[in-house]
Amino acid sequence: MNLTAYLVVAALLFALGLGIALTRRNAILVLIGIELMLNAANLNLIAFWRYGAHPEPMTGMLFALFSIAVAAAEASVGLGLVIAWFRHARTSDLDAMTRMKG
Amino acid sequence: MSPNPAWSRTLDQIFVLLQHRIADLFPPLLQPWVAMILGVVGIVAVFPAIFALTTVLERKGLGRMQNRLGPNRVGPFGILQPIADAIKSLTKEDIVPRSADAVVHYLAPVVLVVAIFLGYAVLPVGRNMQLLNIDAGILFFFAIGASTELSIFMAGWSSRNKYSLLGAMRAVAQMISYEVPLLLSAVVAIMMTGSLNPSRIVEAQGGFTGILPHWYVFTPWGFAGFVLFVIAALAETNRSPFDLPEGESELVAGYFTEYSGFKFALFFLGEYLGMMSIAGYGITLFLGGWGAPLSVLAFLPSWLWFFGKLFLAIFFFIWLRGTLPRLRQDQLMNFAWKFMLPMSLLDLFVAALWRFLGEWLGAGLGTEVVRWLVCGLLLAVTYVLFARVMLKRQKISPRSYRYAE
Amino acid sequence: MIDTLVFLIFAGLTLAGAVAAALLRNLVHCALSLTVTFAGLALLYLSLGAQFVGFTQVLVYIGAVAILVVFAILLTRGSGALPGNLVTTSAWRIGWVAAVAVGFVLVAALQHAPFAQSAAAAPAVSVQQIGQALMGPFVLPLEIVGVLLTVALIGAVIVAMPERQGEDQ
Repeated sequence: MNLTAYLVVAALLFALGLGIALTRRNAILVLIGIELMLNAANLNLIAFWRYGAHPEPMTGMLFALFSIAVAAAEASVGLGLVIAWFRHARTSDLDAMTRMKG
Repeated sequence: MSPNPAWSRTLDQIFVLLQHRIADLFPPLLQPWVAMILGVVGIVAVFPAIFALTTVLERKGLGRMQNRLGPNRVGPFGILQPIADAIKSLTKEDIVPRSADAVVHYLAPVVLVVAIFLGYAVLPVGRNMQLLNIDAGILFFFAIGASTELSIFMAGWSSRNKYSLLGAMRAVAQMISYEVPLLLSAVVAIMMTGSLNPSRIVEAQGGFTGILPHWYVFTPWGFAGFVLFVIAALAETNRSPFDLPEGESELVAGYFTEYSGFKFALFFLGEYLGMMSIAGYGITLFLGGWGAPLSVLAFLPSWLWFFGKLFLAIFFFIWLRGTLPRLRQDQLMNFAWKFMLPMSLLDLFVAALWRFLGEWLGAGLGTEVVRWLVCGLLLAVTYVLFARVMLKRQKISPRSYRYAE
Repeated sequence: MIDTLVFLIFAGLTLAGAVAAALLRNLVHCALSLTVTFAGLALLYLSLGAQFVGFTQVLVYIGAVAILVVFAILLTRGSGALPGNLVTTSAWRIGWVAAVAVGFVLVAALQHAPFAQSAAAAPAVSVQQIGQALMGPFVLPLEIVGVLLTVALIGAVIVAMPERQGEDQ
């Protein structure tokens, strides 16, 4: 296998994640879409580490590890926000989140 | 330690030699595959057999503890009971609730059992007896263990039954909470070995002082880590006193209430296999794995020691089940986050202190005494203070139930 | 040959999970297919020789994030299939057009991009090397991630905490 194959998978995954985030109405699903985009970026990092010119310093791999940690934090705060919003509005529907409109 | 006689070394490696002998019958290209398949067959045959034995031993043992006989109808002393149970569960009708989510309902037990079997892949059950010798073995086990939670959720959610769902939510909340202290207490052993490879961890505990072994449990940090690991492991496998997810008196059978026949048997199998694998990793991390407990006994084969320790651990689990009452949900959560987590963090600190005290003071008897005193006192004093404060803060009041509202 | 087949299976698994998450109407099904994607990605990492990252992916994503997602779905009472008009936003056609366009541009760009590649075998990285790198040149990012995770922990607890009586409700 070569680098481009992995990058194409990552690109398709990113596009799918973007599609989910743009089209879904439920806040949790939008978060899922964002997670997919982050994962696509991780796949790129690992693929470049593996096939890149200088794999020795492990930068790509460690970057992916940090990115996984950040994504976990993002998911926990994001879902906490969704639950907090649900408590107020009794819905996790994004189109109903219009209270902050001027 | 004098080297073992040749017969003892052969006996020690008998299964490995057998594996090589059979693999040699095949063309060279296939040999690694055949060896791998033989290893898998070994795991798939041995651990379910132990599971069958455990079920009857558990019922007999619990019976003894509760002053009754236990199963005694099938075969001599009821020893053939598991076979009868197996035939029963295989021939029973497989009922799926009409409103259940059929695909997820079907997948849940399969995912559970597959994930748990995968966990055995890196467990060293004897010298050179490990299916996959991978560098990050312990991490692999914890990753696999974490993914069983999802299958439990799948089972509970897809059944469309309030007891199932409640049981699954309890189980997942409990497993998530206790996974943190479980991991942190295992990290102590990993830190002191400097490796995530289970075989390396066992080898690091292989030496003897006099006739006593260098197991991690015989150090202050190792002892504390071991106790924390055992408690977290009990919670992780939903064993009594942490069996709220399937508390019969409250939730019928928790997340597998709506399962019958073979799928129920799969859950049962998964539960016991999970218990045995986590006990196996506890043995690997703290109890010297396949190492002999006394140097004079090192001539006995390594796998004998591993399985002996495993049976002791299983007996301990059964004993606890016969002894302790079930916890309450809020006690369970408080215990995980307010006691286990700080204690395991402290244990990490103490382990680091132990190591650096050794480096600063140099080797010698004085160092050992200082290390033991400082680390032991630190752990003991904190434990006593913690327990005091927790007891004093304990509020006895009616429990309130809340959704996220 | 076998390599290609394995790659295709893993990539197919990853993308199929994502497609299912995009199309299914039941939120829990979406979350479960998301875990298929996570597992596929972990397998892709393993096939790339990044064992440690692969296992971390399983531990963090399947063991924690997926569980968080299903918990959030149940706590917001989102299980069960959604009625048709609640699945997608009103502008969902534009959203998909944009997503497809982005995917198309990315893939088209990849076909022509000259990357400096090394065809060497996967570099063997031991866990010890990763640990030394984390404690050596990458110690600052590691500390920052530690702070970030602590902040996220406290923040999530505070956000999800029940508000005091009398303030709201």
